[in-house]
Amino acid sequence: MMKTEITKILGNNLICDNIFEIVVAIDIRPLPGQFYMIKGLNGDYLLPRPISVHDYEDGVLKLLYRVSGHGTNQISRLKKGDNIQIFGPLGNGFDVKLLKGKIAVIGGGIGIAPLLYLAKNIESQNLNIYLGYKDDTFCVESFEVNCDKLTIVTENGCAGKKGYVTDFVNVGEFDTVITCGPDMMMEKIIRECVEKNIPVYASLEKRMACGIGACLGCVVSTIDGNKRVCKDGPVFSGRDLMIRSENG
Amino acid sequence: MADLRVDFLGKTFKNPVVAASGTFGFGEEYNEIYDVGLLGGICSKGLTLQSKQGNDGIRLWETPMGLMNSIGLQNPGVDSFISREIHIMKQFNTIIIANLGGNTLEDYLSGVMLLNDSDVDIIELNISCPNVKAGGMAFGIKADIAYSTVKSVREICRKPLMVKLSPNAENISEMAVACEEAGAESLSLINTINAMAIDIYGRKPVFNNLYAGLSGPAIKPIALRMVHQAAKAVKIPICGMGGISSGWDAIEFIMAGASIIQVGTANFVKADICLDIIREIDEFMDSQGVKDIKEITGIV
Repeated sequence: MMKTEITKILGNNLICDNIFEIVVAIDIRPLPGQFYMIKGLNGDYLLPRPISVHDYEDGVLKLLYRVSGHGTNQISRLKKGDNIQIFGPLGNGFDVKLLKGKIAVIGGGIGIAPLLYLAKNIESQNLNIYLGYKDDTFCVESFEVNCDKLTIVTENGCAGKKGYVTDFVNVGEFDTVITCGPDMMMEKIIRECVEKNIPVYASLEKRMACGIGACLGCVVSTIDGNKRVCKDGPVFSGRDLMIRSENG
Repeated sequence: MADLRVDFLGKTFKNPVVAASGTFGFGEEYNEIYDVGLLGGICSKGLTLQSKQGNDGIRLWETPMGLMNSIGLQNPGVDSFISREIHIMKQFNTIIIANLGGNTLEDYLSGVMLLNDSDVDIIELNISCPNVKAGGMAFGIKADIAYSTVKSVREICRKPLMVKLSPNAENISEMAVACEEAGAESLSLINTINAMAIDIYGRKPVFNNLYAGLSGPAIKPIALRMVHQAAKAVKIPICGMGGISSGWDAIEFIMAGASIIQVGTANFVKADICLDIIREIDEFMDSQGVKDIKEITGIV
């Protein structure tokens, strides 16, 4: 049975402004798209925070997160050798066997976090990755090593192409599309894919409490009613999600 | 090893630690983490006569050592519970408590009648729900409304009845007495405290429902005070809850007058925390030479 573990962190590295990568040793190999609930032992906050798997190799797990509130701020202050409580891997993850043919992986902001480990596990020879950032780019080198068709987009044009990442992807060219990022970005991609009948998978983020499907705090509307992002997701087929129309 | 068993409402609980409604689903997910049969009991997710989708918008909001929730009683309905979830719960070799809510007296009565013929051990009546006929004010605010509701339920209820009190009651002691006089065989308290958060950048409430229920360690001292007041006011046994996160917290509630306790929000902090709490209660009793938990129940 899965247990909450206390483990020493091997590192907690500042990647760029507000983006950190926490490193821990973990025996069980997670699936791409899964996440862990983590919490420092001395922080003055209550709930563990869900952080997705950024990379896993030889028993070393990397979790990439953005400091976006009090909890992640406290987590960012942890130092190598500090103990954390870690619980996981949780959620369904991507089913990489379904990801065939010409594939587009489209990430935005901190939504790129789960896409590196996914990219490393996709067997397709025709993998195309599009990463969109507001300004500062991060983790680009890690993606470059794993994909030779990488497109970088920034809103202010400070790196790569200028604009929104969605401006530079023609989903109609692909057999399968995967996305993780801001809601607006994912909604646009899902709408286009569904219109063109292209399989699309989205990894969602929500506030969570239990992380295992009991509290119903993180539900999302689907064609089959409410689904739990932590347990039934975080990866959903875009076709199943109830996406708002473009006019709101 | 101290004797942690508690007789409560004619049932023998193997220990006083019960998983609180709304934090534990129907036990299924937690049973993948540990054997939930080790618990004294499990309260079901809050049930309503008809299934409910729950609330839109943000459902969770953390506060300093607390958690606000506005789930909105998303649940499969009593009928589905009886045909499906109860069978899952009955596999767990522990006491099964069905938590029942409603927006009208008729809802409560219909729900109780269905549960009468089910395998649940105890019904926990949630009177913190908005009462449609009283303009949305909860059943559990005014003692006279709670009295008439509980009395009507008691007349048709064939299961042991535990009434879950709201901390938003006008006077918790009077509320406890009213429910006892109406025929409740036990009381559980406290439910979440009505609370609010504002998104200052959006200049709007965080929750679509405006107010939400506050739980967790932040409310523990208030919960403990209310359990103490209720315990002093009534003779029926009490199930105490509100922010319990350790065995020592649990002992405080027991000393304040609770025969058994419930653990809610703390399950989110560490999924198997109930096992820690059971062990810590045991260790405390051993260290203090307490052989039977009754020796310390209500001693303060």
